[in-house]
Amino acid sequence: METEVTPLAEPVATVAEGLALPPGILLIAAGLLLLALRGRLRDGVILLAPVLALALVWLLPEGGALGLPYLGYDLVLAHGDTLSRLFGTVFTIAAFAGGLFALRQERHAEMVAAFVYAGAALGVVFAGDLVTLFVFWEIMAIASTMVIWLAGPKARGAGLRYVIIHLFGGVILMAGIAWHVSATGSIAFTDLTESPAKWLILGGFMLNAGAPPLSAWVADAYPRSSWSGMVFLSAFTTKTAVFVLMRGFPGEAFLIWIGLYMIFYGIVYAILENDIRRIFAYSIVNQVGFMVVGIGIGTEMALNGVAAHAFAHIIYKALLLTAAGSVIYMTGRSRFTELGGLARTMPVTAACGIIGALSISALPLTSGFVSKTMITEGAIGEQMFVVWLLLTAASAGSMLYAGVKFPWLVFFSKDSGLRPTDPPTSMRTAMILLAVLCIGIGVVPGALYALLPTPVDYVPYTGPHVISKLQLLLFAGAAAFVMLRWLRPGDTVTLDIDWLWRQWPVRAAARAPRRTPVQATSEAMHAAYQRILDIVYRAHGPSGILARSWPTGSMAFWATLLLGAFMLLYYLG
Amino acid sequence: MTTPTGGDRSLVSPQAVRWLWLVAIAVLALTVAGDLVFPPKGKFGIDGTIGFYAWFGVASGVVLIFGAWLIGLLLKRSDDYYGD
Repeated sequence: METEVTPLAEPVATVAEGLALPPGILLIAAGLLLLALRGRLRDGVILLAPVLALALVWLLPEGGALGLPYLGYDLVLAHGDTLSRLFGTVFTIAAFAGGLFALRQERHAEMVAAFVYAGAALGVVFAGDLVTLFVFWEIMAIASTMVIWLAGPKARGAGLRYVIIHLFGGVILMAGIAWHVSATGSIAFTDLTESPAKWLILGGFMLNAGAPPLSAWVADAYPRSSWSGMVFLSAFTTKTAVFVLMRGFPGEAFLIWIGLYMIFYGIVYAILENDIRRIFAYSIVNQVGFMVVGIGIGTEMALNGVAAHAFAHIIYKALLLTAAGSVIYMTGRSRFTELGGLARTMPVTAACGIIGALSISALPLTSGFVSKTMITEGAIGEQMFVVWLLLTAASAGSMLYAGVKFPWLVFFSKDSGLRPTDPPTSMRTAMILLAVLCIGIGVVPGALYALLPTPVDYVPYTGPHVISKLQLLLFAGAAAFVMLRWLRPGDTVTLDIDWLWRQWPVRAAARAPRRTPVQATSEAMHAAYQRILDIVYRAHGPSGILARSWPTGSMAFWATLLLGAFMLLYYLG
Repeated sequence: MTTPTGGDRSLVSPQAVRWLWLVAIAVLALTVAGDLVFPPKGKFGIDGTIGFYAWFGVASGVVLIFGAWLIGLLLKRSDDYYGD
């Protein structure tokens, strides 16, 4: 598929006018400051820091700023352009709404980790080079793991699997960056589609996007976080991946098929799921799939659509997760089979949840309508009939699990007998703020379009377009109601690729022949002894790594790794 | 936290469901009639036909729900399957 690819960024290394303070560093510092604060002062910092970070996002000058020369390279800690500013804006909005929603969270350390996580995500989108990007990428992985772990003992296993997968992704990314730098001599973060290390870097980015074959980490880890933690988790990791894919791999055609797989994977698993937050975890993969398709199409319209949809998605997903979090906070339950009929006693939560559900379904007058349809329009513009047809079917699919299943089974449907009230004021306010943004963007899309990377030539509100979207969604919704029995989940989980590391080793061990404890200990000691011998021999033997000279590429890799560690210490210090 | 108490089935009572379906059918018919007021401008031919998005919405919904059900037959397990 040949497409006209729109470059989104040029490598810039000039220092321009403006206030060149990295917004991410401010949020990270605010997060660490929260460790020492309590009471109203703590609440004030939680609410003020994202606002100040937003101001820095907009004060950052166009082009490179705040350089740091090191080993012959100019690291650019804060690089402002239209795309960075768009993601920076929505990240700070998410941090503010998430902070407001989580004011009642009793585990104060969660907010510390969440702000460091948000700050690192900002660091990624304003990173002017690959080394700076990698450092913030890894801080993000560690901080997001802390957000998961701080939910309590039940989150430890999922958190461990999450951090292993993300550190693995980090290793792939680091290897790719080291290869790219050694081959090209440049650390600039620009179009990487011609890089010799393309597949490694792409692999590292795609892992964070929730792409196959490791999509399962999203639904495994995120729902284990606390009622407030997932609001943060939904906003940053997958969307920074979208950002770097936009920047590095626009028009990479195979991404279209990866994205389509993600879209339908998310829909099918969300239809089968019984847990509210797992539904929205699958939904993240589903919606990021739309963005990955748009990046693969790579035209101006598609990339603008991706940027707009990332912005809209962060807001409506935060709204859906604040509504889900409110239900969990007030009822202590998260399974559809235990919920139902909550609209009467939780009217604000129900209204906000429905607005979020309609936004993700892309109903006219909501944010999803003015953003998601741009990606579909990108496929139409390139005459990609199959892609367009599948995207249209997927739009109907979003209506099934998000537009019908979630609001109907939680807020209406059978009476669960639960009589919770709406959550406390701070949580309600966060939901209402996000709901207003969802509707506001949907009604006045020009404000969002003005932030997009390139000028927008798209009018979403035409008679035929509105009618066609209403037909698609309402008829799909009607089909869902007719087949409601099929949408009602049981008390089940659905196996995924993570079965290979969650269950298969357990079963394999169970099938292994039984031995006495003495035999087992003796064999384990022998195996350990043999492993040590192997390691020593590998290093010091005739062809061992210590018995030969190191290749330049390897030295470059370790030098870059140490450089990354130095930057990390520099920022934290 | 709350505890289960009595029932409220107002929105799922047979009468309410009947009315909801009547309203829904009227709205669905209006959206198809909208194609007559705003004729669709398809880019691929099929999307320019009257009511295309209506039947395609239904078909997509049915196929996805049925497809998910089939996959569920293979992959669904009790929710304590992983023991965590």
